[in-house]
Amino acid sequence: MFEQTGIPSKDMIMEKFPLVDRINRGPVAVVECYKEIPCNPCQTACKLDAIKVGTDINSVPKVNFENCSGCGICLSKCPGLAIMIVDGSKSNYTVEVKIPYEFLPLPKKDEIVKGLDREGNYITDAKVLKILNPKSFDRTPIITIEIDRKYLYDIRNIKVEV
Amino acid sequence: MKEADLVVIGGGPAGLCAAISAAKSGSKVLIIERNKDFGGQLVKQTHMFFGSEKQYASTRGIDIKEILVNELKMLYENVKVMMDSTVVGMYEDGVITILHKEDNYFKIKPKAIVVATGAFEKYLAFPNNDLPGIYGAGAVQTLMNVYGVKPGKKVLMVGAGNIGLIVSYQLMQAGVEVVAILDAAPKIGGYLVHASKIRRMGVPILTSHTVKEAIGKDCLEKVIVCKVNDKFEQISDTEKEFNVDVMCISVGLTPLNELLSMRGCEMKYVPQLSGSVPVRNDNYETSIENVFVAGDACGIEEASSAMVEGYLAGLCAAAKIGHKSNDYEVKRAEFEKQLYNLRSGPVGQKILIGIEQIVNR
Ligand code: SF4
Ligand code: SF4
Repeated sequence: MFEQTGIPSKDMIMEKFPLVDRINRGPVAVVECYKEIPCNPCQTACKLDAIKVGTDINSVPKVNFENCSGCGICLSKCPGLAIMIVDGSKSNYTVEVKIPYEFLPLPKKDEIVKGLDREGNYITDAKVLKILNPKSFDRTPIITIEIDRKYLYDIRNIKVEV
Repeated sequence: MKEADLVVIGGGPAGLCAAISAAKSGSKVLIIERNKDFGGQLVKQTHMFFGSEKQYASTRGIDIKEILVNELKMLYENVKVMMDSTVVGMYEDGVITILHKEDNYFKIKPKAIVVATGAFEKYLAFPNNDLPGIYGAGAVQTLMNVYGVKPGKKVLMVGAGNIGLIVSYQLMQAGVEVVAILDAAPKIGGYLVHASKIRRMGVPILTSHTVKEAIGKDCLEKVIVCKVNDKFEQISDTEKEFNVDVMCISVGLTPLNELLSMRGCEMKYVPQLSGSVPVRNDNYETSIENVFVAGDACGIEEASSAMVEGYLAGLCAAAKIGHKSNDYEVKRAEFEKQLYNLRSGPVGQKILIGIEQIVNR
């Protein structure tokens, strides 16, 4: 179905996620790049050797979650906007998620925005904690949101009401 | 008549790279560009490129243009440019004719030519396909990203290849509503990371669907779409209606190479390369000596490979006319390797099959 709709199945998503234990220890990258395409900036961006595409640039990237510090450098470098960061270390009830967001207006800090899933459906309200948009991110701002933990595997996008 | 060393026709990604590598080899290069600005399609490409660092991956197309043009400026001793100029003829005696700004017509006889003329968009046949409000994807991109004009309020995108997906995303960035993306193929043709990016904005992607009819009095008001079977025949009673003021057609590109045909280059129709393309050797030289090709003009592919092909063709063309750079072999091998890498995955399979059919070794 993925190839007809662009929506990954639950199994596909789970395969890309680190174990909960790792998520609870601190921020970590989730790389939702499923298909072989000639692309490797994620590997080039990561200075900690946490993402490997390998010598064949078409290979699907593999993440070593233990090496990943959750720094977020790879997020704004991925032309597919396929990477996000999840962090479950702050609370037992919520998780922090960082996503790339290339739309205007940008949300404001502390604003409540709509949290969307991989089909663009509204699932939960999300609180905006931080907006990072330095020059080095090259017009791909990174938004940190806080959501209820139960939506950890579902959240993927936000909608800012104008 | 002017004499010239090497003429590059087209200042898009392939042409710019061909000029850079030929000029670096020591050849005097003249680039002839039809538009007022360099960059070809790069000037509309606000998204980041795929590929590796060597093809400027992760950099936006609009910025890649700046990078290439700046590199060209460093080579000013060897490079001349002629803007607003269209090559209108290529003749048997090696002469090419050029029309500058619609009134100045003149001839040049270069030692070698690199044809990097790019591609043109395919169109789709359906009733009322000439209603105002129905655009090609290139036009929509030009309106939005070059002139800053929104093409309309609600758009139906036809074509789920990379261009259809990217232009949909750019439309949404411009604040235009995209109601759906449809494609007659049973699968999404573009990169799935692009598709997912658009899907999570809430835009449905309808595969195995086609346009049945456009409806409107003075301009587009409504589009009727329907499902197709595996033979691309329309299935009755599957119609859906979309009330939109814009339909964007993005059903692929075809190599633009009338000049090569005119010159008498041996051409071959190769579906995997999306049209009629010149037969060539490993040096990107066509069946006519000293006429080289690069980029979409010799097969539709991504801009990343078009740039590498440009570098390669420029290097080889310069060598052919006596400007073989000292590191020719090293550079050649490096470009070959980059192309090999870009094409070694499933996406490149089709391209490789196509290239097999046109390369004389
Ligand atoms: S978040 Fe930082 S450490 Fe982790 S994969 Fe991305 S770049 Fe590497
Ligand atoms: S940069 Fe993004 S799209 Fe490219 S391989 Fe890495 S994760 Fe996939």
